[in-house]
Amino acid sequence: MANNEILIMNPADSKIPEGPIAEKWTNYKAHQKLVNPANKRRLDIIVVGTGLAGASAASTLAEMGFNVLNFNIQDSPRRAHSIAAQGGINAAKNYQNDGDSIYRLFYDTVKGGDYRAREANVYRLAEVSNNIIDQCVAQGVPFAREYGGLLANRSFGGAQVSRTFYAKGQTGQQLLLGAYSSLNRQIELGKVKSYNRYEMHDVVLIKDENGVERARGIIAKNLVTGKLERFAAHAVVIATGGYGNAYFLSTNAMACNGSAAVACYRKGAYFANPAFVQIHPTCIPVHGDKQSKLTLMSESLRNDGRIWVPKKIEDAKRLQKGEITGSDIPEEDRDYYLERRYPAFGNLVPRDVASRAAKERCDKGFGVNNTGLAVFLDFSDAINRLGIDQVRQRYGNLFDMYEEITDVNPGELGKEINGYKYYNPMMIYPSIHYTMGGIWVDYELQTTIKGLFAIGECNFSDHGANRLGASALMQGLADGYFVLPFTIQNYLADQIRVPRFSTNSPEFEAAEKACQAEMDRLMNIKGKRSVDSIHKELGRVMWDYVGMARTKEGLETAIVKLKELRNEFNTNLFVPGTQEGMNIELDKAFRLRDFITMGELMAHDAMNRNESCGGHFREEFQTEEGEAKRDDENFFYVACWRYEGEDGKEPTLIKEALKYEAIQVQTRNYKS
Amino acid sequence: MAELSMKVNLKVWRQAGPKAKGGFVTYNDVETTSDTSFLETLDILNETLIERGEEPIVFDHDCREGICGMCSLYINGHPHGPATGATTCQLYMRRFKNGETITVEPWRSAAFPVIKDLMVDRNAFDKIQQAGGYVSFNCGGAQDANAIPVSKEMADEAMDSATCIGCGACVAACKNGSAMLFVSAKVSQFALLPQGQVEADRRVRAMVKRMDDLGFGNCTNTGACSAECPKQIKLYNIGRMNRGYIAAKCKE
Repeated sequence: MANNEILIMNPADSKIPEGPIAEKWTNYKAHQKLVNPANKRRLDIIVVGTGLAGASAASTLAEMGFNVLNFNIQDSPRRAHSIAAQGGINAAKNYQNDGDSIYRLFYDTVKGGDYRAREANVYRLAEVSNNIIDQCVAQGVPFAREYGGLLANRSFGGAQVSRTFYAKGQTGQQLLLGAYSSLNRQIELGKVKSYNRYEMHDVVLIKDENGVERARGIIAKNLVTGKLERFAAHAVVIATGGYGNAYFLSTNAMACNGSAAVACYRKGAYFANPAFVQIHPTCIPVHGDKQSKLTLMSESLRNDGRIWVPKKIEDAKRLQKGEITGSDIPEEDRDYYLERRYPAFGNLVPRDVASRAAKERCDKGFGVNNTGLAVFLDFSDAINRLGIDQVRQRYGNLFDMYEEITDVNPGELGKEINGYKYYNPMMIYPSIHYTMGGIWVDYELQTTIKGLFAIGECNFSDHGANRLGASALMQGLADGYFVLPFTIQNYLADQIRVPRFSTNSPEFEAAEKACQAEMDRLMNIKGKRSVDSIHKELGRVMWDYVGMARTKEGLETAIVKLKELRNEFNTNLFVPGTQEGMNIELDKAFRLRDFITMGELMAHDAMNRNESCGGHFREEFQTEEGEAKRDDENFFYVACWRYEGEDGKEPTLIKEALKYEAIQVQTRNYKS
Repeated sequence: MAELSMKVNLKVWRQAGPKAKGGFVTYNDVETTSDTSFLETLDILNETLIERGEEPIVFDHDCREGICGMCSLYINGHPHGPATGATTCQLYMRRFKNGETITVEPWRSAAFPVIKDLMVDRNAFDKIQQAGGYVSFNCGGAQDANAIPVSKEMADEAMDSATCIGCGACVAACKNGSAMLFVSAKVSQFALLPQGQVEADRRVRAMVKRMDDLGFGNCTNTGACSAECPKQIKLYNIGRMNRGYIAAKCKE
């Protein structure tokens, strides 16, 4: 345990509005402070990140009249990793007349998150979900449609209704390009200034006349010139995504990193539930030690694909040796283990459940590839029922992507046994995909630092211990289009008399100096090891001990190993080149420094949480059937971690007690 | 299907900065495997360079699953290499022969200046989008999403145009350095949907003008852009844009 003294957050700090759950957001908006149009023009807001959350927030704030400075790490706002989301976006439209409602979406999300999300935030998310679809259609997002011209839906894990809107297997791309288009309009109008190839290194805090520290700007590195630059504003919004790349191999893009979030954490923002990491069940398995990232196969495949391993261990052994292939095994010898264990939800159980079930089979020796770490995702049933054309229409681009990577075509006939056609199955295995944990925010999405806000994946609030499929896009856009642009005004209304800040102030001077000193330090270690070689080692520690299944002993080992790794980084890192101009290794080193800090934070949180819930599975805490066993009596809280002055020093735990008014907390059941 | 060990020679364009003089450097016997991606092979080479104390080769890349549009690279004379309908990051070494010498260059176009090595500046693409690649309305005022039915055919066709990832392969492939395929894909997406109708004329005029102002070349209907496009954006988008442009100009 991090600290003997147990600190409990004041319930008022989360700023949850009064009233019944369905009226909280309406009440909040009716009574919040607003900024009038003339004053909006005098206020500047920094938005770091241009994914769904960042781009939608930047454009909407600018539409309202604020001046926005918007930063992204790549060559264009359109590259943000939201673009890679495949499957879809949830909304409670009930267009399919299958009994969906705002309450049901809210309920499914809280239950899917294993009762560790903040109820009021989730209800608001479900409430604005319908506005998102309206907004995106009006932007010209080409969602899939039925022949009658109305919008089409499909099902996703953890739900018994079809509420997922999609644009082929490229929903994230289309939604991001929609937000990017609105952003472009504001850039053209001069309301947003876009900074491409910039990376935030620190947030700058300045004390007001009452001695309260407020976020007033950032230090960002121009990645092309290599120079640090200063930017001032009245408020700072962080929308920089998750920290999944701490595991080295993940479905995140190569540049995804946790450094902006860690910079806020070091400056005093609490970090909440860092151990809640999502492991996605349907990724292409790892093939070798030169691999740079893992590719996701959309969850939508589980609508028609059936997951299985052989029933007989001898068949699994022969598969592992490459003597037979999946289509050699007839129906009666296949174990569709998700359908067997979870009859009500079958292949559409939530991601954490599906991932653990795959691990359980592989741990027992039933893995189906040479490493023994893969299961089959099979379309024979769907192809025989619907025909290959219809199946290809639904998943063609995913089949092609799979073939390009693995050289196997999942739509190709493998074998016919007793008149039944067996098609080549895909091989899949779980991989790190998303981080539910993040910077702690209150109902207004403000962090524990005044004037510093966090939106999208980089905050913690809506997904609890596990996120449902198609809910990340929903949350990113909800925060950016419909929540933050209002809640931030409640803060800014008191700032209208604050003049623009000079970046020549001592606070900016000191912050830049500290960032520069860190760059100098990293350049001057002059050891022997490349950034990637240390990063891969970090990834192995994280996956082995802080991955899909965790134990107390394992986490203790992880903490020791992470200390050694930090030491190795600090003494044996080698960064070639200079600080003049672009230096990609230096930028990677900077991110790796923070991934190590994140790794430690995750391990501490996982060790503290003596229960299993959602994506956090502690082997000591499971039912006889191997399901996650929560401990609501002792762990019905958000674990917030406070930085204690230096990396490697144990952080302090502060508990935000969860309070459920609308939902009765139950054991999650996907069996019946 | 089995994974094979391979050695390839990489002939790579190196350039220290935007104004520095560049040149090819050949790295022999880079060890990789048939199931390793092309970018991972560059990663392997970079690790060896770092071990030798040299600066790694700079290239743009991010999602490594063919959707962000960040990766570029002219490989053996083709944007995104020899595979059709795939980006550089989706290119696997099984496409090459053991012992082959592979030539790797940055996008070659006046509108995309080199930043370092294989990395170019594609900001001109953003500027074209800023000229009119949107529906002008503010968040909050939208009607119900199902209020205007859109035929499935139209929605699917708009989706096909909207699939463009903005990588710049079309410009790099074009002997004139034209951006017509990129611009027409966005113009078409909106031209096909009811939401885009109100501003259709204004949009096409503004985006074409911006494209011309930024120094992109003219289209001579060679079709290399579409043939090399990793998302197989169809050539008839250009025809649709030209029709819209002429009509819009006539109304002016």
